[in-house]
Amino acid sequence: MSALPTQIGALARRSIMRTARQPASAIPPLVLPVALLLLNSGGLKASTELPGFPTDSFLAFALAVPFIQGALFSTMNAGTDLARDIQTGFFSRLSLTPVRGSALLAGQITGIVVLGVLQAVFYISVGLLLGVRFAAGPAGIALLLVYAALVAVGFGALGSFLALRTGSGESIQGLFPVLFVFLFISSMNTPRNLIAVDWFRFLASINPVSYLIECVRSLVITGWDTQALALGFGIATTLAILSLAAASWALGRRLERT
Amino acid sequence: MTRDNSIVVEKLVREFRKGPRAVDGIDLYVAPGEIYGFLGPNGAGKSTTVLMLTTLLPPTAGTARVGGYDVRKDGPKVRSVIGAALQEAALDPLLTGRDHLRLQTMLQAIPKAERKPRQEELLERVGLTDAADRKVGGYSGGMKRRLDLALALVHRPSILFLDEPTTGLDPQSRTALWEEVARLAREDNVTVFLTTQYLEEADVLADRVGIIDHGKIVAEGTPTALKEEIGRPSIHVIPCREEDGPRILALLTRFGERLGDGRDLAVRLRDGIGMVDVIRAMDADGVVVDDVELRAPTLDDVFLAKTGRTLEGAATGEDEAASR
Repeated sequence: MSALPTQIGALARRSIMRTARQPASAIPPLVLPVALLLLNSGGLKASTELPGFPTDSFLAFALAVPFIQGALFSTMNAGTDLARDIQTGFFSRLSLTPVRGSALLAGQITGIVVLGVLQAVFYISVGLLLGVRFAAGPAGIALLLVYAALVAVGFGALGSFLALRTGSGESIQGLFPVLFVFLFISSMNTPRNLIAVDWFRFLASINPVSYLIECVRSLVITGWDTQALALGFGIATTLAILSLAAASWALGRRLERT
Repeated sequence: MTRDNSIVVEKLVREFRKGPRAVDGIDLYVAPGEIYGFLGPNGAGKSTTVLMLTTLLPPTAGTARVGGYDVRKDGPKVRSVIGAALQEAALDPLLTGRDHLRLQTMLQAIPKAERKPRQEELLERVGLTDAADRKVGGYSGGMKRRLDLALALVHRPSILFLDEPTTGLDPQSRTALWEEVARLAREDNVTVFLTTQYLEEADVLADRVGIIDHGKIVAEGTPTALKEEIGRPSIHVIPCREEDGPRILALLTRFGERLGDGRDLAVRLRDGIGMVDVIRAMDADGVVVDDVELRAPTLDDVFLAKTGRTLEGAATGEDEAASR
């Protein structure tokens, strides 16, 4: 049996090559979040004048959002790719090799993590080019890349779970707007303490996506905020564990081979 | 020690929830180095059988040993001795032919030093060396099938499963694939289990044929023996005038039992009756026809004799694997 790292490496390589060869999949997770960032930082700049707003740069405030938007795009792409493999029989082809089930999942997710980190490098570069100064410094940027990898594991495994359960790329794309709703009812555009509408503030406060964003935001505009980091990393780790467990279970159900 | 590359199946059953038995207690034996043609219409149970024999689908009941290993208990060992090209070439349109082979050689644990030579050898063998660095999305159907075959051969399997390998291919690509499959069996002693809807394919390629219908094997033997079992030729008439049809049919049925549906003017001749007897009778009755043809029995005749339907008529367009 080939060594697990070789199997994972081969599958991760394929996952990255697929994305790199599909501009329609590779570009939106990079360009759309940045376009929204620029749009929002122009249109919502006045928000920075609200008393208690944590920074005078809306760009710095909003830079956290692309990290999560990009992860959501990756979820959809990863899930759609895996679902297509199931539909076309490529998954059966892989199942006929000595590849371990764990390698199938790990290879797919490793590819997503590599792409997630590359996306994060791109967002950070855009921020730096536009004049954002990272309050947590170079170490904060390094931690941000680790965080991006962790978030990519969580969302990538979620996409894989959905693909393994539904076996349909269309179903995954149908679920995409549902995932995006979580983003919109978060603190993506306004700090939670400044949300004036009670029900919205409540929803944003119970929405884990708010804390995923605030973790990134703390490194950009606050510095080393232990509580924000603990909440962000805690939620991202929980999401990763739950999604991986769900994806492993779904893989076992899908992989009926004896 | 010689590797056992036979396939032994006993009372194999697969039931799907809320469905009939897709495979209903089949028995079969495929000898080492034999090409076994598994013939039947869509939905007959061919693909489900292949999925069970390749360990991708657990049987509901019965036993199957592939290469000496039990498909229920020894899945990894079975997979190590088989290669499979399943229905529809399962390829990634964004990868090149070489990418596919690289991935497959890595996943099949081919030692690193042997990977590249093996890739080149297989590309050469299936005639894809020039197209190796093109994305598979731009390949023709025949090229995809050839790559599919190359991928199935990466780890030098002793048993090869080909599920409708030539469906949708042009005659030239079909013939090329037949030649390669025949060569594998003849020169490399690879056992080939081939499902097909094409009578010609089974006739030309298979050493023995099993005909499956509604999940049961209804006939088995060499193509020649199966056709000899039917024995008698059939006579087919095309009338000059359509209104003469009933009259001609009445005449024909004096010489044998009717074949096909109501529109066909055809009978299977009784023993001792020849074409000349029929033509004399038509002359005597003043029947004028456009064409009279004497046909030797075909596998379709075998299918008709065993199931009461022609293979073409039995095809429903439903794919059993898709209904899973």
